[in-house]
Amino acid sequence: MATLKVPATVPPVADDCEQLRKAFQGWGTNEALIISILGHRDAAQRRAIRRAYAEAHGEELLRSITDEISGDFERAVILWTLDPAERDAVLANEAARKWQPANRVLVEIACTRTSAQVFAARQAYHERFKRSLEEDIAAHVTGDFRKLLVPLVSTYRYDGPEVNTRLAHSEAKLLHEKIHHKAYTDDEIIRILTTRSKPQLLATFNHYNDAFGHRINKDLKADPKDEYLKTLRAIIRCFSCPDRYFEKVARQAIAGLGTDENALTRVITTRAEVDMKLIKEAYQKRNSVPLERAIAGDTSGDYESMLLALLGQER
Amino acid sequence: MADEVQQLTRAFSGLGGLGVDEPTMVSALARWRKQPEKRSGFRKGFPGFFRSHGEIDRCEEEYMLHLAAEFARFKNLMVLWAMHPWERDARLAHHVLHQQHPVAIVVEVACTRSADELLGARRAYQALFHHSLEEDVAYRARDKPYCSLLVGLVSAYRYEGPRVNEEVAKAEAKALGAAVKSAAAGGGAGKKLVENEEVVRILTTRSKPHLVETFKYYKEMHGRHVEEDLSHSGEETTLLETVLCLAAPAKYFSQVMEGALRDGADHHAKEALTRVAVTRSDHDMDDIRAAYHQQFGAKLEDAIAAKAHGHYRDALLSLVGAGNSSV
Repeated sequence: MATLKVPATVPPVADDCEQLRKAFQGWGTNEALIISILGHRDAAQRRAIRRAYAEAHGEELLRSITDEISGDFERAVILWTLDPAERDAVLANEAARKWQPANRVLVEIACTRTSAQVFAARQAYHERFKRSLEEDIAAHVTGDFRKLLVPLVSTYRYDGPEVNTRLAHSEAKLLHEKIHHKAYTDDEIIRILTTRSKPQLLATFNHYNDAFGHRINKDLKADPKDEYLKTLRAIIRCFSCPDRYFEKVARQAIAGLGTDENALTRVITTRAEVDMKLIKEAYQKRNSVPLERAIAGDTSGDYESMLLALLGQER
Repeated sequence: MADEVQQLTRAFSGLGGLGVDEPTMVSALARWRKQPEKRSGFRKGFPGFFRSHGEIDRCEEEYMLHLAAEFARFKNLMVLWAMHPWERDARLAHHVLHQQHPVAIVVEVACTRSADELLGARRAYQALFHHSLEEDVAYRARDKPYCSLLVGLVSAYRYEGPRVNEEVAKAEAKALGAAVKSAAAGGGAGKKLVENEEVVRILTTRSKPHLVETFKYYKEMHGRHVEEDLSHSGEETTLLETVLCLAAPAKYFSQVMEGALRDGADHHAKEALTRVAVTRSDHDMDDIRAAYHQQFGAKLEDAIAAKAHGHYRDALLSLVGAGNSSV
């Protein structure tokens, strides 16, 4: 389900390092070379390259990248090259520092990664920022959003398959009741969404649909402009249908005048090794146009080439 | 004879104390062999255990249960000691949630273990009980005022480095002071201090070194230790326990030990003796002994030796690391 294309025979790490060094040296930068190497290596390979590069040249690969390239292309290459855990830590830190209610990055990280991946991100956050993720979110996010988001990222969800059907029934009923009374910030709603395991939540949402005749998200649309409700809906969609969630993020990033490059970069770099194929299929289905074509139409230059490489397009 | 009877009565936990005195019991077996009248005299002299019932002195059911508990103290200690620390903490937490053990135990586990030890306990909890610890805590405590504090404490993965932002620590000391004031002013009407969002945020997310600095600034700004202000919040002891566990765990544990060794200590308070001895023996037991001496003017090992019997006593003394244990 990944779209990343790694060559059948991968060159030795030392060769990759040498080539990358060459790409940075002299006048200008050989962007195409950077893309052709880094854009076609998986997380373990990229990690090995970074380690070898630092040993061989006494400088961090990411440092060389920031020195030589810039703009959206730089951001895409940096985010891509980072380890998934570090990447999530960097994205989370940005989201916390520059937080505003429409920001869903923390929801994405908390709800579309596995328990172990979220925890790895928290560990990476300690190392990189010398503080805990939850402390930064709690310090920058206020009110009801804080009440929701801090437990959302702090939880270490049970990752087994067991589901308690009776509990799913009773908690679906509880959610319905609270929503019916517009008690969207009620402790019980937050408790259920931020502590129950993914399979348990999916069972609960399914039961909601069975018992009340429509999906839970339909009942969370009372005010289309309310960012808190949008956040709740995003949490539920990230659990239930991450590919369609990310399709929408990509679609909204591309649609209309201008492009939200940050959002587009985020979707592609975080999902290229995960479920980008499903996201592409969802995009094609929803928009009747391949995602690659939409990206090619909306972006340009090295940035476009990098994104397309991660989407598995041969040059 | 009266002396021997009293000795054996004490061995059977008939004169209070914790555990049973196994060696004394065994030596009585040899000494009184083929002397049933001695045993009869023992039964007559021990009305708590034996009640006259016509021709025979029969056992009191209640005392048999008490005896089972006292015999089991050594067993429970050994089993708890042998367990992997993560499983141990997971089971301790589970007992709080499903057998109504004191909530303070969850606070202890969440606040006095390192970030990775707490993570290990959470993983063990999931493996054993097929739910996450925070999910069960959130569910069981959902009607309690300390719910969000407790969930935050068990979910934390605190930064463990020494770096502290002094400005932030100062600001948060001020915020804590303001929260204490507003809770006191509001009387019973407003939100309790333990539900105050800023208090919960600071206590459940900041690193331990940061909190130590914050509490230091608190003392400077307000003239009192933060614990003093929190012990006025009535029956709500969870907040006080949290602060002590985070900032002064040795002091906290020495107080728990004293509570266990006091006369009239209840069942849970007594169990704490085993728990603290086993869980802290490898960590800060020396600090706890020092804190005990400082607060109560006596040596912890002396208090234990006076109160506990038999193998249980020797086990506790070994764990507590007293210089000369009797084994």
